[in-house]
Amino acid sequence: MSQPASSPLLASLLDAPLPPSSGVAWLDAARRENRASFAAGGLPDTRVEAWKYTPLRALGQRPFASGDAAAGARAVDPSILALPGVDGPRLVFVNGVFRADLSALDALPAGLTLQPLSQALEGDAQPLRFALSRHYREIGDAFARINAASAVDGVVLRVAAGTRLAVPVQLVFVGAAAEADLAWHARNVIELGEGAGLTLIEQHAASGEQAHLATLVGDIEVGEGARLQHVVLQDAAVGASLVRRSSLRLHARAQAGLHVLELGGALVRHDIRAELVGDDARLDTRGVFMPHGRQHIDTQLAIRHQALNTVSSSNWRGVASDRARGVFRGAIVVAPGADGSDASLGNKNLLLSPGAEIDTKPELEIYADEVKAAHGATVGQLDERALFYLRSRGIALAPARALLTGAFCRAVLDDLPNEALRDHLAALLIAQLPMAAEQPS
Amino acid sequence: MLKIENLHARVEGREILKGLSLSVDAGEVHAIMGPNGAGKSTLGNVLAGRDGYEVTAGSVTYNDIDLLSLAPEARAAAGVFLAFQYPVEIPGVNNTYFLRAALNAQRKVRGESELDSMQFLKLVREKLKVMHISDELLHRAVNAGFSGGEKKRNEIFQMAVLQPQLAILDETDSGLDIDALKQVAEGVNALRSPARSFLMITHYQRLLDYVVPDFVHVLADGRIVESGDKSLALKLEEHGYAGIGESHPAGAAA
Ligand SMILES: Nc1ncnc2c1ncn2[C@@H]1O[C@H](COP(=O)(O)OP(=O)(O)OP(=O)(O)O)[C@@H](O)[C@H]1O
Ligand SMILES: [Mg+2]
Repeated sequence: MSQPASSPLLASLLDAPLPPSSGVAWLDAARRENRASFAAGGLPDTRVEAWKYTPLRALGQRPFASGDAAAGARAVDPSILALPGVDGPRLVFVNGVFRADLSALDALPAGLTLQPLSQALEGDAQPLRFALSRHYREIGDAFARINAASAVDGVVLRVAAGTRLAVPVQLVFVGAAAEADLAWHARNVIELGEGAGLTLIEQHAASGEQAHLATLVGDIEVGEGARLQHVVLQDAAVGASLVRRSSLRLHARAQAGLHVLELGGALVRHDIRAELVGDDARLDTRGVFMPHGRQHIDTQLAIRHQALNTVSSSNWRGVASDRARGVFRGAIVVAPGADGSDASLGNKNLLLSPGAEIDTKPELEIYADEVKAAHGATVGQLDERALFYLRSRGIALAPARALLTGAFCRAVLDDLPNEALRDHLAALLIAQLPMAAEQPS
Repeated sequence: MLKIENLHARVEGREILKGLSLSVDAGEVHAIMGPNGAGKSTLGNVLAGRDGYEVTAGSVTYNDIDLLSLAPEARAAAGVFLAFQYPVEIPGVNNTYFLRAALNAQRKVRGESELDSMQFLKLVREKLKVMHISDELLHRAVNAGFSGGEKKRNEIFQMAVLQPQLAILDETDSGLDIDALKQVAEGVNALRSPARSFLMITHYQRLLDYVVPDFVHVLADGRIVESGDKSLALKLEEHGYAGIGESHPAGAAA
């Protein structure tokens, strides 16, 4: 089921030396193991169910250089870091390398630990052992394997029990133009203690044209009664390949709200795996993916209800134009014993061009009692009646389409509390539309 | 101002309008009545330019131009307004934003200057008062979650802001309580002027008590089968459509 180990991607990544010893025996062992699995398994092909709609053949044909020695000195336009309504601690990585000069880590609020993984490992690595000693066993985990083998930096973020942070924390991953196509990696570990509160802004940004391959793996632990607002703005370079995995665990009465905007990148894959492990936990996910040109954006959302009276509500929208392709898989499992759970999942999609394609697949498996569940997915065009209504009032066809499409995507931002950020993100969505210039003024 | 001659139109391959003729002069109010399914809304849709309504014969001349050759938005800019029988809900599009975009789009086509948000707000405030509409509706999405009556009022409010020359009101009175009916009628009367004409599609004499028409027509089976003054509406109220248009061989309607 794997590509030959001689594929240029594999060969180039395996040619690179192992990262220097971390000085932590279990971590070095985990890196070696995952690297060996990556070498043996290679990349999944489309016969692997989770990769059915995302072929990696072309990616596999490309070699990538490992590590960017010049990352510390690459110029980054500071304006790409600025977000309205977001002015707090910030951690910035360029091509996977921590950049203190671009970060804002002075005077961190009490109760917040925020540091690059490379620094955290210099201290007591033991608290990271659970997250970082994992061995990825499935071939579909190829990118998690290479990430575990190669990532030497990333984010360590902890919010102490009872601390509700007033300011948002911003994490920025910049892909910067370099002399060669790079493979870079980041590993993030985020923990909210009991009753903690955090707003997290995760940004994937581009500085110059490039076609790097980036992998990001993150674990997010939301403690009992804790509250997380997580906003992801993915606006990577048009040539970039970006493969991310975010794993969330919600403990009793924890609440997490996730808003994801997938705008950039050439080949983008995001696996979101959420487990509601404590009673009365609640997860709300909202997202929009807007591939255009020849972009390929794949979101795999998997939610497991594992405790009593857990709630999940997911609302995702896709808009594809030109020859772009969107993929969405929303899989909900209500495990035995998760009685009284309530799960809803919706994915509506718009195709703006005849050459565009969106594959959507909602899945629902229920093994518990007294469960409320609803799921649905649609792929279609704009509502003709609404278009005629707008035109009958004088708005021409192109701006009428732009208006309706903008409203369609913006809906996923409705319940984002930060108004300045919401307006900014809405403007980004509109600007991304192929008919952006047609918006009525 | 409007001259419809021998109009034939089909929807999904079925002929609905079958040789309809009607003339409306500037400043006139014409009421159009007729049984369900006769083609009244179809006429409104054809005049406003909705896709899927295929005109197979006949002509529509509006201020000396061939109305049927224009796109819907061009008709709007030329002063044609259709108040929908079933106004469409458009979630996510703010009512005020929508209306300003519409007005400015029309003004641009006509070579008039666009209104900035202050000027627009002033205009809207004036019209709200006339229409007895609460500010709150303005901040909501277009028709989204509006009650039936609120939707109808919103149509008339849009008409008041857009100031059309030819307003086609498709059963704007249906589903209104008696107070709302009076307010809508008041709104229409406030807009009556020597330069503005109305086609009012209705099933009820009641509206015509408040907005007194110059002419009343009966549309049955795709054509105008009888025309008269407001007394025709009273006659219909009493006797129904039986026996109307007997002089027309194809005009008899249930
Ligand atoms: N889009 C459409 N698709 C199919 N049939 C249609 C469509 N629009 C109208 N029709 C048909 O055309 C006929 C006339 O419809 P229309 O809506 O014009 O009637 P009406 O006179 O407005 O009736 P009512 O008084 O009930 O509103 C009806 O038989 C209707 O089913
Ligand atoms: Mg009708």
